[in-house]
Amino acid sequence: MITLTVNGKRHDLDVEADAPLLWVIRDELGLTGTKFGCGIAQCGACTVQIDGKPVKSCVTPVSAVKGAVKTIEGLSTDLKSPVQQAWLAEDVPQCGYCQSGQIMAAAALLRDIPNPSDADIDAKLTNICRCGTYPRIRKAVHRAAAAMAKGARA
Amino acid sequence: MTAVILSRRAVVFSGLSASGALVIGVPAAVAAANARLQPPLMADGTNPAKEMTAFLVIEPDNTVTVRVPHAEMGQGTSTALAMLVAEELECDWAKVRVEYGSANRNARAGGKLYDSMQTVGSRGVRTSVTMMQQAGASARERLKVAAADRWKIDPADCTVASGKCLHKASNRSLDYGALAASAAAVQLTAEPAIKTPDQYRLVGKWTARLDTPAKLDGSAKFGIDAQVPGMVYAAAWSAPVYGGTLTSVDEAGLAAIRGIIAVVKLKDAVVVVADRYWRAKKGLDALKIAWDAAGHGGVDSAQLNRGYLEALDRPMFTAEKKGDPDAALAAPGAKLVEATYEAPFLSHAPMEPMNCTVALAPDRIDVWISTQAPMAVLQQAAKEVGLKPEQVYVHNAYVGGGFGRRGGGRVEELTQAIAVARQVNRPVKLIWSREQDIRRDPYRPQAAVRFRTALDAAGKPQTLQARIAVGSLLRGGNGPQEVQASEPMATECIQNSFYAFPARDIGVLLKNSHVPVSFWRGVGSSQNGFFMESFMDEVAHAAGQDPYQYRRALLANRPDALGVIDALAKHSDWGQPLPKGRGRGIAIIEAYGSVSGQVVEVTVSKEGKLKVDRVTCVLDPYHVANPNTVEQQMEGAVIMGLTAAQWGEITIKDGAPVETNFHNYRMAKMVETPPRIDVHLAPSGGPRWGGVGEPGLGPFAPALANAVFAACGVRVRRLPFKTADLRWT
Repeated sequence: MITLTVNGKRHDLDVEADAPLLWVIRDELGLTGTKFGCGIAQCGACTVQIDGKPVKSCVTPVSAVKGAVKTIEGLSTDLKSPVQQAWLAEDVPQCGYCQSGQIMAAAALLRDIPNPSDADIDAKLTNICRCGTYPRIRKAVHRAAAAMAKGARA
Repeated sequence: MTAVILSRRAVVFSGLSASGALVIGVPAAVAAANARLQPPLMADGTNPAKEMTAFLVIEPDNTVTVRVPHAEMGQGTSTALAMLVAEELECDWAKVRVEYGSANRNARAGGKLYDSMQTVGSRGVRTSVTMMQQAGASARERLKVAAADRWKIDPADCTVASGKCLHKASNRSLDYGALAASAAAVQLTAEPAIKTPDQYRLVGKWTARLDTPAKLDGSAKFGIDAQVPGMVYAAAWSAPVYGGTLTSVDEAGLAAIRGIIAVVKLKDAVVVVADRYWRAKKGLDALKIAWDAAGHGGVDSAQLNRGYLEALDRPMFTAEKKGDPDAALAAPGAKLVEATYEAPFLSHAPMEPMNCTVALAPDRIDVWISTQAPMAVLQQAAKEVGLKPEQVYVHNAYVGGGFGRRGGGRVEELTQAIAVARQVNRPVKLIWSREQDIRRDPYRPQAAVRFRTALDAAGKPQTLQARIAVGSLLRGGNGPQEVQASEPMATECIQNSFYAFPARDIGVLLKNSHVPVSFWRGVGSSQNGFFMESFMDEVAHAAGQDPYQYRRALLANRPDALGVIDALAKHSDWGQPLPKGRGRGIAIIEAYGSVSGQVVEVTVSKEGKLKVDRVTCVLDPYHVANPNTVEQQMEGAVIMGLTAAQWGEITIKDGAPVETNFHNYRMAKMVETPPRIDVHLAPSGGPRWGGVGEPGLGPFAPALANAVFAACGVRVRRLPFKTADLRWT
């Protein structure tokens, strides 16, 4: 048995130690918002947070997870997190497949660097978007940072 | 109006289409799965709703559901089509939602209900605009008749506003929701006129996408998210060399892996089935598989590249001949300009890898898949399982990127999923790894083109001679062949191009290797745009003229193109001096019924490092439904164009693709995104609507090449740029 806390809920799971966190989240827990894109930690579609840090869940064995996992479904229940609100305001997504990972990476960035520069965004947001939503993601990150500076809850 | 449109109207807009045809026997397990799969986009014929028409359901609470006949893969078509309906219906936009039209129901109607349902060729809006407008207008008039009946008044005295029918004289109103049931039975004697553009209130205004909220909290369902009770998971690995077959499989490595259910051996693939996907994938990786290379094991990129260049000197099919091109080239004193360009194979690589879930029953098959072509999926599934098309239910989902990859042709993952489901007798979800996805992708065809022209004393080009050697899309996948023939995709942006050449001679040789090719976003325009607009730049420089003004002079008969190129020059600061090492390049194409131009501004360091500083896009699609999503398409096309131009190349070694995943098939990321991408939409009106999903691709690579030349004097004639030496002193 492996114990995993996801979005504040504890799960005792009968899975192998080397089962990738991505597939445990998707297929055992049924949380399909986290996406499979490459399987080799290149694209970031599978990004979740562990204790607030962005992690590529496709290459993370479930037994290596020591902290609390947060997925896109755990970010808010009402789209009211500042990052989601900024994504809404900029109408960021196109196909949307990578956006869960983009949002989780951006939320982690803003937690570490509340007012990121363009260079910070370039360095920290390395997730791939094939539709090319990067210009709107950049705007949305700045928008979210501004809202958080005014006291929006993280 | 054509006969086709009239017959469609008869099916679609008469009240009869609302009859009980939708009450279809659905196995309880599948119905339950559908309910969990977010009905808006994954339903297929399982919602026997109180509909106005096959396009429209109005609920008692005034919610309006628009059924769209096209896939939503990010291009915004679902929102745009709903806007077109709502514009005519005069409903409350805040209460509009979207779901897919049912492919099954379309099959039952002989394809006459929603037409092809294919979302390719940038045709989502432009080919369905009239159909959607008519659906909205027809429903509005029938609601008015229903209200007038209720009030015992003349329908002409009934008006509508924001989802209500009104009778001003008696100050009465009724919500659409209260009228929909009776309106569904109303038969109109004639279809109402649709609005003229000056009457639009919603269409043409920046409108938030309807699919955005679901894409921000993980609730949007893609094909890969399908969950069917009792399903098992499958991982597939196909022959490394296309056309090759399975020789042997050593399954010894599977013994230690939990949950393995079966190893399914197909002619050209091995599929491992397990109770979880990661176990199936682990099992697949543990197999030792031997393959046959079908005689193509000696093919490599150097050989292919040479083959396309050599083909330029062989006899070709004449696709276009006007004037006397040979005389123009032989004219005494004429200045000859010649250049040869090359483009490589490109993989589509949408973010959602190919996947397919199927559930087989004796009398029906359900398919969950992200597709641009649900009718093609339906037909293929029917054929492969031996059922009638009306026994196939395709549950299309949000499509995690299309770009042509999911546009039709043989859907290999469907074939595999069906074969596996038959063997294990359970519903199967098959997911391709990224490596399988990129290796088995039918690529954008490789191509080489040579242009020649002759300039008169004033520098005007007297002819355009083109020699095109390119993979055939229509004959792709049939092994190596060379045919003196043409097809429209081979000559896009070159044949009948909008420039005024007095003579033309366009030759085509369709040349395929064993590597299959297919439609890639922008199709022919994506590489031919590079060829043609790079050459136009070279010709302008040979004539000693400004590349913008030179093109302008050749576009005198095309006010739309002139409008675009003038707007480009204005918005890009064309002509403002830049220091050496920086430069601007311009390119303009006509594709998918729109005129699209870009100016790219770059910095090239002395060490040859290239950086895109700014991109200005101007698009004339004649009409714009939703500027928000059209701007997105332009921004996205620039990013995808940048990836393709700088790094995009699939190479072949020992007959097999070398690039397999994003570590060696590089994608542009945030850090490479130009700091400024300015989009200017310049719809000039008129009778037709142009496409928007693809026209943004073609201008980027040539504008980049032309900017690099302006910056440092290096002319890049082969894509991608990563193979070019851009150093300068």
